[in-house]
Amino acid sequence: MHKKAITASLAVFAAVAVAACGGGDTSTAGGGTPAPAAADAVDPASIADPATISGTINFVGDAPEGQVLQMAADPYCLTAHAGTEVVSQRVVVNDNGTLRYVFVYVKEGLDQTFTTPADTIELSQEGCMYAPHMIGLQTNQTLSVINNDEALHNINARPTEAGNNPFNFAQPIKGMTNDVSFASAEIIPVKCDVHPWMQAYIGVTNHPYFAVSSADGSFTINNLPAGDYVVAAWHETMDEQTQNVTVGANATAEISFDFGS
Amino acid sequence: MSETAAYNAWLHRYAMLTAFCTFLLVIAGGLVTSTGSGLAVPDWPLSYGMFFPPMVGGILYEHGHRMIAGAVGIMTMLLAAWMWRSEPRRWARRLAAAAVLVVLAQAGLGGLTVIFLLPTAISVAHAGLAMGFFSITCALALVTSSSWIGSVERQPLEGSMALPRLAATATLAVYAQILLGAMVRHTGSGLACPDFPLCNGQVIPPIDSIGVALHLMHRLGAVAVACMVIWVYRRVLGSHATVPGLVVPATMALTLVAVQLLLGALTVWNALAVEPTTAHVGGGALLLITMLTLTLRAHRQYSVPAASASAEREALA
Repeated sequence: MHKKAITASLAVFAAVAVAACGGGDTSTAGGGTPAPAAADAVDPASIADPATISGTINFVGDAPEGQVLQMAADPYCLTAHAGTEVVSQRVVVNDNGTLRYVFVYVKEGLDQTFTTPADTIELSQEGCMYAPHMIGLQTNQTLSVINNDEALHNINARPTEAGNNPFNFAQPIKGMTNDVSFASAEIIPVKCDVHPWMQAYIGVTNHPYFAVSSADGSFTINNLPAGDYVVAAWHETMDEQTQNVTVGANATAEISFDFGS
Repeated sequence: MSETAAYNAWLHRYAMLTAFCTFLLVIAGGLVTSTGSGLAVPDWPLSYGMFFPPMVGGILYEHGHRMIAGAVGIMTMLLAAWMWRSEPRRWARRLAAAAVLVVLAQAGLGGLTVIFLLPTAISVAHAGLAMGFFSITCALALVTSSSWIGSVERQPLEGSMALPRLAATATLAVYAQILLGAMVRHTGSGLACPDFPLCNGQVIPPIDSIGVALHLMHRLGAVAVACMVIWVYRRVLGSHATVPGLVVPATMALTLVAVQLLLGALTVWNALAVEPTTAHVGGGALLLITMLTLTLRAHRQYSVPAASASAEREALA
């Protein structure tokens, strides 16, 4: 009797181990089944009389003291920065008083579906930091996460929208890549559990009209159809802001957002 | 006719060592969750495809936990093999065999938590089974001890809530409280009440989320467990004060429940800092096995109403 119980338990254990080994393969994962391109999907390059929304993200008030990251948990990370201090990218105020890494996107006003770009967007791990800290792409577009460090990283993302599958990849070797795509619009945090200070955000939209504020706080969204839109600006530590924008054919609308401490 | 066991000092010491290493394993597991390292190693059973990955960052805690678990698994198998060869009490051999099955199941659950990205139910089951396995290793240490093996004149006890039943009920209450604690931890509800002893500034706050409900239930459970432990303590010292095998665990349990209440408060006051949180996990485990020890000894010492007393004496000899 007990021999049967032991055999059965070991069989269960072996089955779990086989499933585990099988589950380690991660060549393509993350998103749900890519949606078939709609027959009337619009290519943004073909928009007649395209409009532009551009502007600046301002930071109001005193820039917060940047938190120095403690990388002692992995000696490789310390040497990768050759003794210089690395500051957290949670709130990056540029020298001109603007705010970097804000995800700006059209939230309302689009009623078309858009073609999925064929090009791959790359998220790199280098010096035990994500580059870039905030990245945007379209639904079903391929994101390639690459390890450019001589260190192990795991890439742990926990999206919550239906159609976006959580994943946790192991990348022990420099040069390893994992491709993912997301079926639903969402802003998804990504982190590394080996190096707890590593954090990035993936902004997924179901259209091409998004941008990330740059090192001078500016952003530009091109090839828009003329119309009335709600534009949102999202930052990881502050409440999202929205603005109504009307932009005419072949015109540029200038807007700005103010984020404060 | 069941055989009488002879005390084997080295077997007992080895069983004690296994139980102690299991406690270290429980702490190591607690550290994995407290440091957020549960997914630092995405694959299982290998770690980044290796047996020995670089022990950096979160990998130190996660792979370290796996290595200690492997060692405890091997120790358990050796203990079971030793007892299978030398232990005359069939129930004791079976308990050791059960320990092997449970530790293998626990390894499987650990693998599932990693592969399925820490689903709450599996994480809670892993914590619950860990406490069950720890209890078994402590029971094996207890039943191989000289005080247990020596012959005992079992005395009858009257009353519907005689000590054996009272202690068993209190032990189950501690276990239920541990499960509640695991649910709080693995639903991220540790700071659903960010203050202590009030919750969101009130004695009875609005219960507007599952997290707040679980957190409050764990606090109420703490009160219930404290009452039960105090009840057991008073009973032991009032009616069984001449039995050191009962007085010592009763006193330890009373002390541990006070320490646990303080550690719970410190966990909240320090915003789930690693040290008090992990100590709180360890304290819960120690309280459980202290009450378990008291319960088993009470059953050894006293018989339930007369009819089955002789059958129990045969079985436990």
